[in-house]
Amino acid sequence: MSAGEPPINSPDITRLTPVLGPGHTYASVTDKISAIVLTRPTSLGWYIGFLIAFSIFGVLNIAIGWLMIKGVGIWGINIPIGWGFAIVNFVWWIGIGHAGTLISAILFLLNQKWRTSINRFAEAMTLFAVACAGLFPILHMGRPWYAFWMFPYPSVMGIWPQFRSPLIWDVFAVSTYGTVSLLFWFVGLIPDLATLRDRSTSKAKQIIYGMLAMGWRGSARHWQRYQSAYLLLAGLATPLVLSVHTVVSFDFAIAIVPGWHTTIFPPYFVAGAIYSGFAMVLSIAIPLRKAYGLEDFITMRHLDNMAKVMLATGLIVAYGYFFEFFMSLYSGNKFDVFLVQQRLHGPYSRFYFALILCNILLPQLMWFHKMRTNVAVLFVMSIVVNVGMWLERFVIVVISLTRDFVPSAWGRYSPTVWDWATLIGTLGMFVMLIFLFVRVLPAISIAEMRELVSETSEEHK
Amino acid sequence: MAQIFHRSTNFISRFSLFSAVFLIGLGLVGVLGLARSPYSTNQDVTRAQPVQFSHKHHVGDDGLDCRYCHTSVETSAVAGIPPTKTCMNCHSVLYADSAYLEPIRESYRTDKSIPWVKVHRLPDFVYFNHSIHVNKGVGCSTCHGSINQMPLVFQASPLLMEWCLGCHRNPEQALRPLDQVFNMDWKTPANQAEIGKQFAAERKIRTTEELTSCSTCHR
Amino acid sequence: MDGMRENEIIDGHTHDHDAHEGSLHADDHSGSHQEDSAVHEHSLDLTVLRAKLREKSGKQYWRTLEELADDPRFEDLLHREFPRQASEWDETVDRRNFLKLAAASLAFAGISGCRQPDELIVPYVKQPDGMILGKPQFYATAMPFGADAVGLLVESREGRPTHIAGNPDHPSSLGGTDVITQASVLNLYDPDRSQTVSYLGEIRTWSDFLKAAEARVAKAKTQGGAGFRILTGTVTSPSLAAQIGNVLKQIPAAKWHQWEPAGSDGAREGSKLAFGRYVNTVYRPDKADVILSLDSDFLASGPGHIGYMNAFYRRRKLSGPSDTMNRLYVVEPTPSVTGSSADHRLPLRSSEIEQFARGLAALVGLGGSGTLSPLAQKWLDAVASDLTKHRGTSIVIAGEFQSPEVHALAHAINTALGNVGTTLYYTEPVEANPVNQLESFTELCADMDAGKVDTLLIFGSNPVYDAPHNFDFTSKLKKVESAVLLSSHFDETAEYCQWHIAESHFLETWGDARAFDGTVSVIQPLIAPLYHTHSAFEVLAAFTDKPGQTAYDLVRERLKTLAGSTDPEKFWRKSLNDGVIANSAYAPISVAVKFSPASLPPAKTPPAGQLEFLFRPDANVHDGRYANNGWLQELARPVTKLTWDNAALVSPRLAEKLQLTQRAAARGGEHGQIVTNVIDMSISNSKVTAAAWILPGQADDVVVLPLGYGRKRAGFTGSNKGYSAYVVRTSTALWSVMAGTDAIKKTGDEYPLACTQYHFNMEGRKILSTGTLAEYRKNPEFAKEGDETPPKEMSLYKEFAYPGYAWGMAIDLNSCNGCNACVIACQSENNIPVVGKDQVMRGREMHWIRIDRYYAKLNTETGDPGATDYDALDNPQTYFQPVPCQQCENAPCEQVCPVGATVHSAEGLNDMVYNRCVGTRYCSNNCPYKVRRFNFLRFQDWETPSLKLLRNPEVTVRSRGVMEKCTYCVQRINNARIEAEKQNRPIKDGEIVTACESACPAKAIVFGNANDPSSRVAKLKAQTRNYPILGELNTRPRTTYLAAVRNPNPELEKA
Repeated sequence: MSAGEPPINSPDITRLTPVLGPGHTYASVTDKISAIVLTRPTSLGWYIGFLIAFSIFGVLNIAIGWLMIKGVGIWGINIPIGWGFAIVNFVWWIGIGHAGTLISAILFLLNQKWRTSINRFAEAMTLFAVACAGLFPILHMGRPWYAFWMFPYPSVMGIWPQFRSPLIWDVFAVSTYGTVSLLFWFVGLIPDLATLRDRSTSKAKQIIYGMLAMGWRGSARHWQRYQSAYLLLAGLATPLVLSVHTVVSFDFAIAIVPGWHTTIFPPYFVAGAIYSGFAMVLSIAIPLRKAYGLEDFITMRHLDNMAKVMLATGLIVAYGYFFEFFMSLYSGNKFDVFLVQQRLHGPYSRFYFALILCNILLPQLMWFHKMRTNVAVLFVMSIVVNVGMWLERFVIVVISLTRDFVPSAWGRYSPTVWDWATLIGTLGMFVMLIFLFVRVLPAISIAEMRELVSETSEEHK
Repeated sequence: MAQIFHRSTNFISRFSLFSAVFLIGLGLVGVLGLARSPYSTNQDVTRAQPVQFSHKHHVGDDGLDCRYCHTSVETSAVAGIPPTKTCMNCHSVLYADSAYLEPIRESYRTDKSIPWVKVHRLPDFVYFNHSIHVNKGVGCSTCHGSINQMPLVFQASPLLMEWCLGCHRNPEQALRPLDQVFNMDWKTPANQAEIGKQFAAERKIRTTEELTSCSTCHR
Repeated sequence: MDGMRENEIIDGHTHDHDAHEGSLHADDHSGSHQEDSAVHEHSLDLTVLRAKLREKSGKQYWRTLEELADDPRFEDLLHREFPRQASEWDETVDRRNFLKLAAASLAFAGISGCRQPDELIVPYVKQPDGMILGKPQFYATAMPFGADAVGLLVESREGRPTHIAGNPDHPSSLGGTDVITQASVLNLYDPDRSQTVSYLGEIRTWSDFLKAAEARVAKAKTQGGAGFRILTGTVTSPSLAAQIGNVLKQIPAAKWHQWEPAGSDGAREGSKLAFGRYVNTVYRPDKADVILSLDSDFLASGPGHIGYMNAFYRRRKLSGPSDTMNRLYVVEPTPSVTGSSADHRLPLRSSEIEQFARGLAALVGLGGSGTLSPLAQKWLDAVASDLTKHRGTSIVIAGEFQSPEVHALAHAINTALGNVGTTLYYTEPVEANPVNQLESFTELCADMDAGKVDTLLIFGSNPVYDAPHNFDFTSKLKKVESAVLLSSHFDETAEYCQWHIAESHFLETWGDARAFDGTVSVIQPLIAPLYHTHSAFEVLAAFTDKPGQTAYDLVRERLKTLAGSTDPEKFWRKSLNDGVIANSAYAPISVAVKFSPASLPPAKTPPAGQLEFLFRPDANVHDGRYANNGWLQELARPVTKLTWDNAALVSPRLAEKLQLTQRAAARGGEHGQIVTNVIDMSISNSKVTAAAWILPGQADDVVVLPLGYGRKRAGFTGSNKGYSAYVVRTSTALWSVMAGTDAIKKTGDEYPLACTQYHFNMEGRKILSTGTLAEYRKNPEFAKEGDETPPKEMSLYKEFAYPGYAWGMAIDLNSCNGCNACVIACQSENNIPVVGKDQVMRGREMHWIRIDRYYAKLNTETGDPGATDYDALDNPQTYFQPVPCQQCENAPCEQVCPVGATVHSAEGLNDMVYNRCVGTRYCSNNCPYKVRRFNFLRFQDWETPSLKLLRNPEVTVRSRGVMEKCTYCVQRINNARIEAEKQNRPIKDGEIVTACESACPAKAIVFGNANDPSSRVAKLKAQTRNYPILGELNTRPRTTYLAAVRNPNPELEKA
């Protein structure tokens, strides 16, 4: 706990804590944030952290190399379980991405001040998560070198992809998502890049940041253009928050596999996505503010709000679980009923209960003010929820496939070393990118913080 | 503070942005073009053969019928490359001692086959059947071009799947009178459209759905 | 290290284990899965062997060469080539794979297409007459097997035999095949075949051997040849017998011995006991209304079983409720294919079968008596009255492995029931020289031991591996001055023989063979010997006065004599063309029963509480001679569904007594890997260790030890799989031996078995539809009950119209007994790879058609006493269901494929386009029937040259990462269609026969055009018994099933 914070036992902390610690001026904000990138010496901690992440990223590359040489047979998948970790991870990573877009787009349109200090790295997280997610659909193919057949182009074969397949919809959904998020993020960065350009001392940095800043001079005209562009992109990104994971959920909802074939998937996938996304934002924000002493910028108010969002989405997810359960029993479809029993009593029941624990029971702590404002608890909770959401995807993808229509074909799935290597590898890649990001780009939007300064200073007059 | 960039940078950056987009587009078009070019289809590439056998001479000048050598073209999936014996039928007498034909005689003596270089290559997963095409009135020259003009045979058609589908999607355009199938100089008549339809009807050519079902060519 | 291990597993290390002294250790690779199975100690010799094999295939392997060099076995291996078959399951990391990658990256828009090297066309110099390039040719030949020969039509492509089908004109086949005949074509191309003559392991020329042989004969002549012996298996070939005769003419004192480890002395001696002479029994199940099998698996093994199956099921075809069926009673100790399709099945220990037979004899008025349990007695009474009601239209069939007494009793009973001449008849023995093989072999061993044997000529036999262990054949063989072995592989016996002659495959040689009913077929070669191999004829000729003589000459000579009035040349050609020699079948002979059951000495009743250990040939590898056949190894046994291993089959109650358990492993699970207990068995003062398998329906206190495993020199595929039951088999107890319960000890070890279907409960789903004849008559629509197929317009997508053909298949469950012939036929026709035990244990086997086995509790309504006195585990009803791709009209797989690699054809097939598949496996996930198979690794063997000759050129060889499945043999459909279209005519019904259909001996599978109401398939589909699997899913499968109907005996109903 650092200085700028009031005692956590105070009655209504949220009103007392502003979204920006008191006593900040334009200069101080700019200094503090840009210093992380420009002046501050890179800490030993950063190097160690980065090295660890980088070596795990190496593991990923080995896993992928081996996969290319041998084929997907190195994984635990089989008949009937044709999809294993790869798809689980894909859905999980895509889901994580959503929080970023939600924060930057929807909260922006809703004019939520508290988004300001977290949107930058939340968006970065989105990009990196999408990058990790994007790997899997390609890796899980039997013949990844023909992945381009998924794109509609006038091929010499005189045929086109099959547009009835949700996998094709995925291709469009994910690539659009990636592109828009990147643009949104970059546009938001421009003013800050300019700041960095102006403040950096070395020629090299000046040129690099300068090029990226695209000649930003901060003139009224620039600001006016910038605002409208940002607003437009926010508008564009908003539907994506809902559409992307809806489309992903179609991969399952469209199929006839018991446990996949259900209409509740789209809303509950989106809720789940935001749930895990906010969890991930927390798991990044908490160490970040500690490491760089950003408690004034990412205040308890932010953490508190995010915890609330988690609680809310968590409840939606819980509702989803309940209805999935209820509908299969209510419909009386013998395959669905059987599957529900399998989840409770089958060989994988421990995973199901673990997921209930992580996603429904534990997060109920968030009802308590004390918990929401206890950084340690929040951090643990965010990890728990991420694990839980991963388990949810595992339960959906794997358990459903182990017990489908014809009992004679029933089987089981257990991951191999290579499944784990790929999952952990992508985590490494993700963390590595985060490390690089905080080192070379302003993790918090300087420009937008400056706006806050003006407002908060008014509040404090 | 001195300017980092010269004002020309504005133009350069704008220009490079637009040209980048343009180049990427161009690249894609290029790749698609390349895939259709002889470079990758081997269309029109003449290959050296162990014996420089001239179809122009044998078919064009001497007027040999295709089926004299490619015996199984009407009955089997493969047209068949003639055994050395077939060459010797004539060349045991004609040019019996020409040095040019030594490889043939040697093959016949030593009972070792002549390793001809394959000109028309389909992938192993494509099951083309000569006999059905010939029997339904698709002429040799429709795919193989005017063999009787070729001193050394080259691949006259791209043999791409889209090219195959061209006919399978509307077979009428390729049908001839059955007695013209082996005519190398056949020219598509002006009224191909209607005679094609007529042929298709009387020869019970299958519907486009059937002809373009994947298993028609792939197994 | 873990990673390392994992690599090995990916290299597809087969989980085979060391069967040294019949002991069994799982090597540690199974242990390297997390919770799959306990880690067992590593057996080095095996690892070295395998390491050696890896070195050969250029694999990076973690063991050092020093380690290898130390091992003598390794030296041994250096001598002769050990080519690897089925490199499917040892994938190698090599340059080619990287190149593949590089190519792949270039593959964009097909750029890589351009840089292939030139391809050559190598035409004939002089093309053989009658050969049309690209068109298959079919030749009739026959496969000799035990006391039978199966007539075959072999498909040859440009001179390579690629596929085997049955010969409809041959009584042993009637168009059908079984797994072994079907798979025999793989033996021809087996890369492990020995390829030359060798002397003491060193390569010799054939003429070297001829010289040696000459010398031996000369030597033998000097001493009348008393020391000269010939050891063969059962020989039915007249010419071969004649040839042996020629040898014996030279040296009269020489002797011919026979030994067939899974032969039937019981049948021979039984006939002698009953009639005072050897006779051969031929059954006519098609003439019988009531059949009682006394532990006879006559539908799946033994002479004539393929023909019997055809005849038997002809009497179970139903066109409507008014039709009648035969009734089958089976009394047997262990569930067999025959027992599984019985109307009433009584599990009875092998030793009690004789009691049962005696009891039956008494009830048909032959005197004598048998003591049985009340339940069995009740059962017997019902059977007896049913039989007596059907005098002249019933058969009692005694099992191959039953005692002479049981056979004699069966003969007596059949005679008493007046069945002789109607439902069965007797002929001269089909064996060229019927003897009591055990006696004959015992005599040989005694003489060898006494040093009386100086020259031993062995063919068609592998005694070092399969002789009774109390004979200690190996040490006796060492006493023989010169032993000559003719065998296809350098097998266990070859190790101890001076001369080893590589044997030609039956598709490489001339010959002849007699079938179960006496019919003689000419065996004609389809291909010249691939290696320097020779046939038994040539080897024998070497010991006669005309060494040069070939089988061809001999056979032609014999046929001249048979030709009679007809022109010999015509006769010869006709015989070759037909595959059978016209009216060569034996005429029935009449023999009188010379024995009365009453006169039999009282049967020894085994003391209670004793365990009964039975030896039975394995359903796939038989007595071990097919151990190196990957197709047969990977084929799930009909009843147990086990692959790649044999296990000790124990009855459920015994398992409870011994606290034996088994569980599905985390990897593979129910569809792949079952972890079982390892048990030690001490029987007839020897010991064997095996994995225990609990088998529902097995008689209590019975343990079955399948023969044919634990080979040490079978080849790469077959060596060191399972355990050898011969290790505990003695001459005094060839087929069964009693021992106390303490004979079995749990070792505490666990062992993973590859089982393709462990879950046998249908969970109340509409998958199988079964009923009794009575139910069927009461309600002909019974099969439709619970079928909730929605109306056509329910589908979102537009209906396809099928103006032309609509291919469909109907499978009559009433005629399927799970014999597996279709599975292998499909594998051979469609170039389906073998993946190895490790991959099977991960649930990745590739068979396009699988045969599901379901157990049902005995139906109490039918009042089978089994239902009340046994529970479902002790005597379940067993049903088999072949499941190929269902070719749905609303196919779930088609809608989800992103690249359109599986699409609907205009004729209603689900085309599978391998070359378009990118391998997302979405189609397989979405397939309710799970009939799709995926190439998770590069399963197909792209290197081994001999295996390339085996491939069917009409079917794409699938690469890694591609989905594959049954397409109704679309290659056959297309070829037939092209031929029909050339003649501007529609395809005739029956013109297209799928591989599975042609193989099925029971004709349970029918394929055709469902649009044509007059086609066989349309007629079957019109039957009321016709139903789809899981109709409620609205997939509208083109493959539908006809419900199984059983015909229980009303008399067995409870009052």
